[in-house]
Amino acid sequence: MHVGLHEYLTVSILLFCLGLLGVILRRNLLMIYMSLELMLNAANLALVSFSRFNDRLDGQVLVFFIITVAAAEVAVGLALIVALYRKRQSAHVEDLTSMKL
Amino acid sequence: MFPAQSMKYETLPWLILFLPLSSAAVITLFTLRSKTVSSLISIGAIVLGFVLTCIFIAANSFHPAVAETTVSWLAIGNLNVDFGLKLDTLSLMMTLIVTGVGGAIHIYSYGYMHEDRSRARFFACMSLFTFSMLGIVLANNFLMMFIAWELVGVSSYLLIGFWFEKPSAGDAAKKAFITNRLGDFGFLAGILMIWGLLGSLNFGELQSALTANSAALGASATIAGLLIFCGAMGKSAQFPLHVWLPDAMEGPTPVSALIHAATMVAAGVYMLCRTLFLFNHEALQVIAYIGGFTALLAALIAIQQNDIKRIIAYSTLSQLGYMVMAVGLAGPTPAMFHLTTHAFFKALLFLSAGSVILGMHHEQDIWQMGNLRKKMPITFWTFLLGALALSGVWPLSGFFSKDGILAQAVEQHSYLLFANGVFIAGLTTFYTFRLFFVVFLGEEKSPAAAQAHESPAVMTLPLIALALFSVIGGLIGIEGLYRHAFSSAVEAPAGFAAALFEPFTHSPLAASLGLLAFAIGLAAAWSWYANAATDPLPAKLGGLATAMKNKFYFDELYEATVIPLHDFIAAVMDWFDRWIVQGACIGLVRGGTDLGGRMLRLMQTGNLQTYAFMFVFGVAVLLYFVLVK
Repeated sequence: MHVGLHEYLTVSILLFCLGLLGVILRRNLLMIYMSLELMLNAANLALVSFSRFNDRLDGQVLVFFIITVAAAEVAVGLALIVALYRKRQSAHVEDLTSMKL
Repeated sequence: MFPAQSMKYETLPWLILFLPLSSAAVITLFTLRSKTVSSLISIGAIVLGFVLTCIFIAANSFHPAVAETTVSWLAIGNLNVDFGLKLDTLSLMMTLIVTGVGGAIHIYSYGYMHEDRSRARFFACMSLFTFSMLGIVLANNFLMMFIAWELVGVSSYLLIGFWFEKPSAGDAAKKAFITNRLGDFGFLAGILMIWGLLGSLNFGELQSALTANSAALGASATIAGLLIFCGAMGKSAQFPLHVWLPDAMEGPTPVSALIHAATMVAAGVYMLCRTLFLFNHEALQVIAYIGGFTALLAALIAIQQNDIKRIIAYSTLSQLGYMVMAVGLAGPTPAMFHLTTHAFFKALLFLSAGSVILGMHHEQDIWQMGNLRKKMPITFWTFLLGALALSGVWPLSGFFSKDGILAQAVEQHSYLLFANGVFIAGLTTFYTFRLFFVVFLGEEKSPAAAQAHESPAVMTLPLIALALFSVIGGLIGIEGLYRHAFSSAVEAPAGFAAALFEPFTHSPLAASLGLLAFAIGLAAAWSWYANAATDPLPAKLGGLATAMKNKFYFDELYEATVIPLHDFIAAVMDWFDRWIVQGACIGLVRGGTDLGGRMLRLMQTGNLQTYAFMFVFGVAVLLYFVLVK
C-alpha cells in the first residue's frame, strides 16, 4: 500500500477529531488537557507531512516552534491544574462554574 | 471684491454693529460687580456707534456707491448666504435712529436705574438689544435678518422681564416672547417660500429678480407676502397679535421707550419697507386694512386707560397701525418718515412719563397725579412738546409725517382709510391731552403729587435733546431722503419756507382735515378733563367705556379660544408622544433589546465544555460557508 499525503492527512484529521471529542466530552481536567495536546500534535503531523511532500522546510521549522511552546505551556498548565486541585480538592469541570452569572 | 475706492471706511459699519455686542459680553463676563463701570461701557458703546455712523455718513453720504459689504458665510448646495451689511439710505437712517435715540435712552437710564441693584445686568441686556436691532437694520439678506429678529425677541424678553421677581413682569415677558414667536413662525415660512420660489435670500438679488420678472412669485405671491407680513404683525404688534405690547409695560420705563418707541416695534415696519417689492396689490390691501384697524382699535382703547405708560403704549400701537397702513397704501416714504418722527416724540413721551413716574415714587395711575406743572417744569414742557408732535400740530414733526400718510391715502383713492386716519388723528389728540391735562394741570389728586420733584439733569438733558428733534424733525429733510431712497427721482431741495407749507399745497384736504381733527380732539379733551378729578367719560359712554377700559376683552377672548385650543393640541401631542413615540417606537426597541439580552443570558452556563462546544460549532459553520459554499 502506498502511503501518500492523503493518508497522512487522514490520520491527522482523525487525531484532531479524537482530541476534540476528548475536550468536549471528558470531565477530568487532566484528560481534557491531554486531548488538547493530541489536537496540537495532529496539527504538527499535518504540517510535517505538507513539508515533506512539498519539499520545503518551513513546516518542519514551525513544528519545532510548536513543540517548544507546547512544552512551556504544559509546564504552566499542569502547575495551574495542581494549584486548582489544591484549592478545590477536585479536578472536574462541573465543579468549576464560579464564573457563571 | 470691490474696486478700491468704492466705499470709504468700509470697516466702520462692522464696528458699529459689534460694539454693543462686545459691550454686552464685557459687562456680563467681567464687570457685573461694578454698576457704574458697566453702565459707562454700555453708554460708551452706543454713543460711539452714533458718532461712527455720523462719520460714515459724512464720508460716504447717505447712498454709498456700493451698498453692501459682505463676508461669505454659508454655502450649502445652491443656498449661498452672505454675512453682509446693507448700507443704503434706509439702513443708515435707521442706524442713526437706533444709535441716536437709543443713546439718549441709555444716558437717561443711567439716572432712571440709579437705585436698581442689578443695573449692570440691565445695561448688558440693553447693549445686547441694541446689537440685535442693528443686526435687523443692517442685514442684507432674509436669513441674517431673521437671526437678528429672533435675537431682538430674546433680548426684549430679558428686558421686559427685567424685574422678574414680580410675577406680572415674568408673565408679560413670556407673553411678548410667545406672541412674537407666532408671528415669527409665519415669517420663517414666508422666507422659506421666497427662497423656494426665487432661489435667493439676498434683498438686492430678490429685487432684481422681481424687477426682471414681476410674475416670478406666481400664484403664491399673495400668500408669500402675507406670511412675511406675519413677522411684522408680531414685532410691530398689529391686530390680532397686538396683545403683548401693552403688557410689556411691566419692564422699566427706559425699556418701554427703547423697545416700544424707537426700535423693536419699528422693526416690522422697517422690514416691510425693505422688502416692499415682494408684495403684490392684494397683499398690500390686506396690510393696509389690518394697519388701519389696529390704529382705530388701539386709539379707542387708549381713551379709557388710567396707567400713564399704558396710554402711551396703546398710542404706540395706534401709530404703528398708521405706519403699516401707509406701507399697505404703497407709501414707504410716509411710513418710514412717520417711523422716524415717531421714534423721536414717542421716546420723548415715554421718557417724560418715566420722569413723572420717578418723581411720583413709582406711582403710575394718572388719577393720583395732577398739577405737576409746577413741580416738574422741564418734564412738563418736554411732555407738552411730545404730545403736540404726536397730535400732529403744525409745524412740529408729527404733523408732516402724519399728513404724508393721510395724503397717501387720498392719492390712492382709499377714502375709507383716509376717513379712518382723520378720525384716529382726532382720537390721538383726545387721549394724549386727556393724559396731559390730568397729569400736569388741575388739582393735586393725591399727597404724593404734592411732593413730586423734578428729575436729575442726566434724565432731563436727553429729554431736551429728544424734544428738539420732535419739534424740528419734520423740517430737516428726512422725508426727502426717504423719497430719494424709494424712487430714483431726484428733486431739488425745497427752501425752508416752502418745506414749512408744503403739505398745504401738496394735499390741502389731508392737511386741513388733520388740523381740524386736532382742534376737535383738543377741545373735547379740554372741556372734559381740564379740571376733572375723576373720569367723566364712563358716565357718558356707558358700556362702550367699560369695553374700552377692558381692551375690548381681547385677553379674555384669547383666554377663552386660543388657549383651550392650544391646550387641546398640546394634549394630543402629549398623547402622541407618550403612546406612539415613547410607547410604540421606543418601547418596542427597548423591549426587544431586553428580551434578546435575557435569552442570550441563558447561554452563559459557566460550563467550560459548553463553551468549547459552541466554539467548535461556530468554527464548523464558518468552515462550511468558506469551503462548501
